[in-house]
Amino acid sequence: MPEKLIDLKNITKRYDENVVLDDFSLYIRENEFVTLLGPSGCGKTTTLRIIGGFEKPDSGTVLFQNKDITDLPPNKRELNTVFQKYALFPHMTIADNIAFGLRIHKKSDAYIRDKISYALKLVNLEGYENRMPESLSGGQQQRIAIARAIVNEPKVLLLDEPLGALDLKLRQDMQYELIRLKNELGITFVYVTHDQEEALTMSDTIVVMNQGYIQQIGTPTDIYNEPQNAFVADFIGDSNIVSGIMIRDKLVEILGARFDCVDTGFGENRPVDVVIRPEDIDLVDPKDGTIEGVVTDVIFKGVHYEMCVMSNGFEWIVHSTDCFPVDTHVGIHVDPFDIQIMHKPESEDEKAVAVDE
Amino acid sequence: MNKKSRLLTGPYLIWSIGFIIIPLFIVLFEAFTGDNGLFTLKYVTDITWFVNLKSLGLSLVFSFISTALCLLLAYPLAMILAEFGKGRSSITVLVFILPMWMNSLLRTIAWQNILERNGVINGMLTALHLPALYIINKPPAIVLGMVYDFLPFMVLPIYNAVSRIDRDVINAARDLGANGVQTLFRVIWPMSLPGVISGITMVFVPSLTTFVISDILGGGKILLIGNIIEQMFTQDSDWHAGSGLSVVLMIFIVISMIIEEKYDSDQTTVTKRERRTN
Repeated sequence: MPEKLIDLKNITKRYDENVVLDDFSLYIRENEFVTLLGPSGCGKTTTLRIIGGFEKPDSGTVLFQNKDITDLPPNKRELNTVFQKYALFPHMTIADNIAFGLRIHKKSDAYIRDKISYALKLVNLEGYENRMPESLSGGQQQRIAIARAIVNEPKVLLLDEPLGALDLKLRQDMQYELIRLKNELGITFVYVTHDQEEALTMSDTIVVMNQGYIQQIGTPTDIYNEPQNAFVADFIGDSNIVSGIMIRDKLVEILGARFDCVDTGFGENRPVDVVIRPEDIDLVDPKDGTIEGVVTDVIFKGVHYEMCVMSNGFEWIVHSTDCFPVDTHVGIHVDPFDIQIMHKPESEDEKAVAVDE
Repeated sequence: MNKKSRLLTGPYLIWSIGFIIIPLFIVLFEAFTGDNGLFTLKYVTDITWFVNLKSLGLSLVFSFISTALCLLLAYPLAMILAEFGKGRSSITVLVFILPMWMNSLLRTIAWQNILERNGVINGMLTALHLPALYIINKPPAIVLGMVYDFLPFMVLPIYNAVSRIDRDVINAARDLGANGVQTLFRVIWPMSLPGVISGITMVFVPSLTTFVISDILGGGKILLIGNIIEQMFTQDSDWHAGSGLSVVLMIFIVISMIIEEKYDSDQTTVTKRERRTN
């Protein structure tokens, strides 16, 4: 395991009465692509700004390679930030923008020239040296912002929703670009986004946050396939979250029907939350299903059909490449390993707090 | 441009013809004609008289000094206001703009009372057994009056320019290793230049043309070009001579604005030139 590069310890941050981060701890390893994912106001951007040095935590410490940098101003930190709205210097050419950090650090002209052309090549914008930022498109400006940051050879690149202002197609292209950059540069990326697809595509590790607490930390597959609580399940992708009772190990009762599953250790006859992804539900002939239902709604989504199936008062969302017209009687079948069982939160507080036992 | 919107410009057109263009032509006409109504350059060239040249020079020097002082005072103030104003009501800004709402004559007379031989300042100095300060009716008093009167005109445009700078652009400079001073000179200052330029214009022009401040705080002993022009109209009733000098003054103002404009656009066209050569 590579060592901890950044270590946030018991960070608390409040704005006036509003507690944004409460006793928040997180460490980031070297050469990792970490994404802080969560809805707006979950504290992800504040976390990033605390790492960058733009905000000071009210309490807690920030360690960088085991050195306390909590009180260090941004210009003394060995990391660089890519801002949400690019934040290029509008009065400088692209070359001057990229050279800004290098000139501050008094690098030689030859070195700076090499670095500029290297960085522009890296972000596929060769020949843009003498353009002004305003003459570039959003995607180009964002790539310049990245170039401006990486020429300083930071140990960590902080990215604050850098693709938020771009349109869908460009966003997808930039995602691949960022993965490529990360692999070529071999530095740590800390990425903030509210877009779950972005997080799943690019990250090595995803930190799902809500209301200033970590909900789950894991690889994209972990987070998607084994959400630890209803918030994560709901936030990442579409999902059916339904109350159930764990009859015994590997058997759960939902809506009066008993489903085989693979989860164990929840005890007997315990209330639980059950998560089933829409694409994991198979619609079959009524007599072959575990439970019956009626199709109430069908929407064509391109890759698949999204259908609503009403059964015993619960509306399932189902994704399937086969279309079942409205009012069709269907059976619902779910493979045991596609059923994810979660503890029910005992209180509102626990809903917000990380469930990481 | 449709008919309706052209109609809307009507009142402004009438206004500008009636109150800008016609008066301007009257001034030009008076300046270039004599009592007999014939063309003459006599009144315009009156500026070369020693008295007139001296007061024009004095006006230019005072205006330069007061503009520079205003800039020095206003820039840090504008930055502090922009910092304070974040998320708060603009009441702090208001406090500094408030003096603008008072009649300028009143403000100047107030300064006269403060600076007078037996005025407020000297009253306090004598009470403290300190030597009295005699700057009334001297150049420093006039410059002080100009700075006090015109400071808000410098603060406002700079405040606007500075507060419009995206906080993250400043953060980006810090992030890239710039300390506070480097951030100020490489990012904040160049980005606020448009505000600085309009502030300079708004202080320099009224300083150059004022006659009230020099009249009250100069005690009639220091004649600026504005005072000379005023005297020609009010005491001598010589419209030709007054207009002649006014035209010369206007030429100076236009020149100074062209210089500023050129400097301003230089900042943005440098890059265009570089782009062409590439």
